[in-house]
Amino acid sequence: MALSATTRPDRTPPAKKRDDTRLALLFIAPALIGFLVFMVWPTLRGIYLSFTKFNLLTPPEFNGLDNYVRMVQDPVFWNSMRVTVYYVFVNIVLQTVIALVIAVLMQRLTRRTWLRGAVLTPYLVSNVVAAMVFLWILDYQLGIGNTLIAALGMDRIPFLSSDAWVIPTIAAINVWRHVGYTALLIFAGLQTIPETMYEAGRMDGASEPRMFRSITVPLLRPVLALVLIITVVGSFQVFDTVAIATRGGPVDSSRVLQYYIYDVAFGRFQFGYASAMSVALLLVLVIITFVQYRVTRADSSDLN
Amino acid sequence: MTRRLLAAAAALTLTLLTACGGAGTGGRDGTIEYWLWDSGQQPGYQKCADAFHQENPSLQINISQYGWDSYWSKLTAGFIADTAPDVFTDHLARFAQYVDLEVLRPLDDLGPTSDIRDADYQQGLAELWKGQDGKRYGAPKDWDTVALFYDKAALTAAGVDPAQLQNLSWNPQDGGTFEKLVAHLTIDANGVRGDEPGFDKTHVKTHGLASEGAGGGGWGQTQWSAFAASAGWQVTDKNPWGTHFNLDQPALQDTLSWYFGLKDKGYLPTYAEIGGSNSIGTDKQIQSGIAAMGISGSWMISTFSKLTDANGKKLDIAIAPTPIGPTGKRASMFNGLADSVTTLSKQPENAAKWVKFMSGEQCQDLIGQSGVVFPARPGATDLAIAYNKTERNLDVTPFTNQVRDKTTFLFPVTTNAADITALLQPRLDAVYLGSEPVSSLTDLNNQLNDLFKVAQ
Repeated sequence: MALSATTRPDRTPPAKKRDDTRLALLFIAPALIGFLVFMVWPTLRGIYLSFTKFNLLTPPEFNGLDNYVRMVQDPVFWNSMRVTVYYVFVNIVLQTVIALVIAVLMQRLTRRTWLRGAVLTPYLVSNVVAAMVFLWILDYQLGIGNTLIAALGMDRIPFLSSDAWVIPTIAAINVWRHVGYTALLIFAGLQTIPETMYEAGRMDGASEPRMFRSITVPLLRPVLALVLIITVVGSFQVFDTVAIATRGGPVDSSRVLQYYIYDVAFGRFQFGYASAMSVALLLVLVIITFVQYRVTRADSSDLN
Repeated sequence: MTRRLLAAAAALTLTLLTACGGAGTGGRDGTIEYWLWDSGQQPGYQKCADAFHQENPSLQINISQYGWDSYWSKLTAGFIADTAPDVFTDHLARFAQYVDLEVLRPLDDLGPTSDIRDADYQQGLAELWKGQDGKRYGAPKDWDTVALFYDKAALTAAGVDPAQLQNLSWNPQDGGTFEKLVAHLTIDANGVRGDEPGFDKTHVKTHGLASEGAGGGGWGQTQWSAFAASAGWQVTDKNPWGTHFNLDQPALQDTLSWYFGLKDKGYLPTYAEIGGSNSIGTDKQIQSGIAAMGISGSWMISTFSKLTDANGKKLDIAIAPTPIGPTGKRASMFNGLADSVTTLSKQPENAAKWVKFMSGEQCQDLIGQSGVVFPARPGATDLAIAYNKTERNLDVTPFTNQVRDKTTFLFPVTTNAADITALLQPRLDAVYLGSEPVSSLTDLNNQLNDLFKVAQ
């Protein structure tokens, strides 16, 4: 009995399995080394540095919880937390709604490849270039955007130089750049929904909006949840647009957390304090991702 | 996402492994790496470098120029990554921090620069570059003051005699003759001047005075420093190395109320009009007709002398001194640049030789004759004045008279400069925008003083 059990399945000798492991390790190794060197090690070192006073040029000195105490008492930190959350909210709501609409239009109306390519084009523009271009377009005096607004007889809008406009403007710039990418992710999710569902819907005389509400959205949930997790994490790390377009101004109204961290580290050489704030950002992101994952049940699908 | 990052990380590993082991610190033996930020000065210093090479055939100078903003981040990265130059152009606002970070070599300890004498330079310049330990960290290369640049055409159109600008005075109550002129030079969209009835301050075409922002980055150097100082105000208790700040004093707060009040009257462009955080300077504001005149520094002389209008026709720009204040005197910030040797340099003695050469007579005369800045040596300064007179038909004595008449005050040199800027900039922006009252600077002053109370 025992003999037949080992020989019967496809004549696979046990030795070959060991070969597989080696080969697998070989394939995993570059990624694993990269992960350890560029992800795990910097994270651990960053956490260590958050308990030190460090200016990068002289050795770090351990100072316990000083950085964290300072962080809790720092009004600029709390302000940048508020600004960041505000940005994420505007950015994610706009981006997800528009991306969903674009994806559904692509799915239901046309499936031309060039259209998909066109939707993705802004994503191919680097963040810095996008920020520069919009900085010029939206310039209060000379930008073509404001020139058009003035030509229409309206008052010029200080898009990037008033505290009320600056965060919505930066959020909109980044929506422009990322919406195509998000739409494609959602579009891929839409394609996993069987066409038969829609056929059944049509047979029952459901309208397009009704099918969107009762078929598309529920079945898209796991993909949408994943997209949200990715975009929210990315959105929290907004930096380049702020660094190029406003440098945190006017006053502190666009001083998002990542920019404040950068400023403290590379402008003021306080790498210990900057690390402490980075750890705080890490914690916030871990909590948000965890909650999102649980609330949206991203790991289960209603398709079965 | 994770997979994408992993793949990228793996790819990076390979790239880095192959890319490592390239750049080192400074130049190879015999080539001295030298950095500066002002592209206008590069041709002049290239001449110096050539002259230096003739004197020292075994030594070469390689000059790299980076714009002001990227200059400092590149330098910082260079110190960290061991790719900093041997010698670089240093600024008073930054050098204290670099001394604290131990990246500057004391020039007294290097043979060629050990005998630099304070008396060879314009009074007070060389002393600014000594650290709290009394050692010299920079060899003075040039100096600057501020003055009023104006468009002669704007004055003619307003029927103002340019001679009038030589004796303007101001005070924080009604702005004096200075504010009268600024008001008169301001024109709204309908062509009504700022001092005429029916002036619409919300739709101004040309402002009387240009704005270079709130001035948080350099103690209002080209914004309000000339006014505050002529009202008798000083930034710190002593300079250099002050530890107590005076932002709570009425002399400053009254000056700023008046200065930023010009914006509410339509005489000064708003924060939004000059482009917010990415603001355009006085030169561009005069060029584009947003402003008729404005305060700017002597390092901008050559830029102003080349300004053209939309049709490519040269603008006729002239210079007037800063107005006389309540103390009965004018005032201008007196700032200067110097060359510093980095501790990362592998050939400090050679680097010092180059620094010594740049601070010497031969090079400074060459710089004076190129007419971009005022060299630190008095003799070379005279050459620069003569160059501007003959080559540009420009009288630059409003800059130099401030030094002659001793109406200058020195740039406030302190430790913690980066922290001070980080605190100062947003708060002054808020005052400029009008979202905070000038009295909020009293709180800011306490914060600045606290910076020096905690042991650093």
